[in-house]
Amino acid sequence: MSNSEHALSIRGTAFAWEGGFGLEIAAFDLHARERVLLLGPSGGGKSTFLNLVAGITTPSRGQIDVLGTDIAQLRGSRVDRFRVDSFGIIFQMFNLMPWLSAIDNVLVPLRFSRLRRSRTGDARAEASRLLGALGIEKTLFDQRAGTLSVGQQQRVAAARALIGGPGIILADEPTSALDRANARAFLDLLFAELEAAKAALLMVSHDETLADAFDRVVRLDDIARVTGNPEGSAAA
Amino acid sequence: MSLMRLALLSLWNRRLTAILTILGIALSVTLFLSVEKLRTGARESFANTISGTDLIVGARAGDVQLLLYSVFRIGNATNNITWESYQDIAARREVDWIVPISLGDSHRGYRVVGTTPGFFEHYRYRRDTELRFAAGTTLDDLFDTVIGADVAKALGYAVGDRIVVSHGTGRGSEAGHDDKPFRVTGILARTGTPVDRAVYVGLEAIEAIHVDWQGGGRVEGLRIPVERVRNMDLTPKTVTAALVGLKSRITTFRFQRFVNEYDAEPLTAILPGVALSNLWSLVGVAERALSAVSLMVIVTALLGLVTTLLASLEERRREMAILRANGASPRTISVLLTAESGLIALAGALLGLAFLYGLLFTLQPLLDSRFGLYLKIDAPDLQDCTILGIVVLAGIAAGFIPAWRAYRRSLADGMSIRS
Repeated sequence: MSNSEHALSIRGTAFAWEGGFGLEIAAFDLHARERVLLLGPSGGGKSTFLNLVAGITTPSRGQIDVLGTDIAQLRGSRVDRFRVDSFGIIFQMFNLMPWLSAIDNVLVPLRFSRLRRSRTGDARAEASRLLGALGIEKTLFDQRAGTLSVGQQQRVAAARALIGGPGIILADEPTSALDRANARAFLDLLFAELEAAKAALLMVSHDETLADAFDRVVRLDDIARVTGNPEGSAAA
Repeated sequence: MSLMRLALLSLWNRRLTAILTILGIALSVTLFLSVEKLRTGARESFANTISGTDLIVGARAGDVQLLLYSVFRIGNATNNITWESYQDIAARREVDWIVPISLGDSHRGYRVVGTTPGFFEHYRYRRDTELRFAAGTTLDDLFDTVIGADVAKALGYAVGDRIVVSHGTGRGSEAGHDDKPFRVTGILARTGTPVDRAVYVGLEAIEAIHVDWQGGGRVEGLRIPVERVRNMDLTPKTVTAALVGLKSRITTFRFQRFVNEYDAEPLTAILPGVALSNLWSLVGVAERALSAVSLMVIVTALLGLVTTLLASLEERRREMAILRANGASPRTISVLLTAESGLIALAGALLGLAFLYGLLFTLQPLLDSRFGLYLKIDAPDLQDCTILGIVVLAGIAAGFIPAWRAYRRSLADGMSIRS
């Protein structure tokens, strides 16, 4: 896949929560191996945008083309399988299993994705390599994730997203809990691994100071329109 | 990482809740199986009160009444059997052995049974177990007595002690045959049956202590000394009942009909097993109530399991969502929850079984010696395995409710929870 090919293409997509708050996305493209920062204010629909892209929420209309497949048309377990095959997701709160070790957390996607498992070879060796490359000390590999610091948990979450080489990494404000220097250091490590994995990155944030590290910056206001009142809705 | 390992690690993470749930199920299973063991043990002990006796013969009465006074020493006979009829029955060619029983007197609240040494030879209980002497020997002299284990223990009697038999069966009827005391020659080993709670004397001895009595009272001014009594004809005029062993079981019903249609006087012959079963059916209501209570215990424990799983599901919405976000399908999540509840139920069932055997090994000798309740310690039978299987299946079924809720919940619902 060349850099000019679309890893992700959204056209005329809309979604509304029960309370009336909704998001309408006119068009958005993410090219292969491209690093895009999606900027928007808190509560402005950034997480909803990512949930739509990842198939976590289903749009009421429109097309979300991911690596050649319209994820909006997939249903049931097919969307779960497609998600884990195609995306690595770094959540805002990292969403690690606190009772699993760091390395077991990294291995979780391989349990459910045959495709990523087949690309990995020796799973534990690759998980160890990723953790090491992202700056986790070897002595912490078998430590429960719940006992790690915020910065360490964030790196474990990144390793989990990267293992098995998914085509797209989605990151939901992964640096929001870090100071500027640590946020930069984390992005440098992440970008190095993205380069090696030849994956595209779509990261959402409200922090404009991160903009210069990315290939392209997109403002949510420019591509999408928020409808209704986010305060009265189930989630934003 | 296998799903099972994931389930086990998740359980280990919530080990305190899981252990408490497992303990709750285990205790319920133990209680249920214990009640079942006690119930069947009580029924078997009851059914094993008498064995090896083919028929019990008495004056015309109901089956249960005859069984109650001849075996359980409860109540009194409405009439007696004449000695002639007894002799006639004893002389029948079908009869292998016959043991007479004469009731009517007591000793400090315990029934006195007039019989022959044949009683100690032929009476069987608990699957053909013979009576055994814990001390001393059988009846020999006219004024010898053999006492049951409970009598000896409660009254502190030993071989060689002298006791006095009272007329009548009430506790207050101490006045009576104090001029003709008996010597304890034997103490029976414990049987866990009414045999333990009786005083046995010779059939002639019953006649001997009543030679100077008439119509239920002592003849005024008449006291016949023991030496003179020994030389008198002490052939009884009546007996209360007789235990009969037949040479062939095939003749049982024919012989029973012969007795029931006996010409000389109205008699009844009962099959002890059938009468015991009839009697047990009368107390069956209590048995069923016991079963119902233990069933409710199990149901309560399983409801507790569902409650715990539902409560833990609330705590684990995020965990489920993380798994979903990493590719686990709703079905996988359901399997995970169902497997977890199944594991908890299985662990509870097995631990409950272990508790049961611990209890049985600890309490069996105590229950046998104190209450005459003999509980067999066998490998789990089909009924036990069925109960354990039902508990495990119910545990898995209980997991369906939280699994269904987890299945229905959207992934976004779980992801929206902030940790």
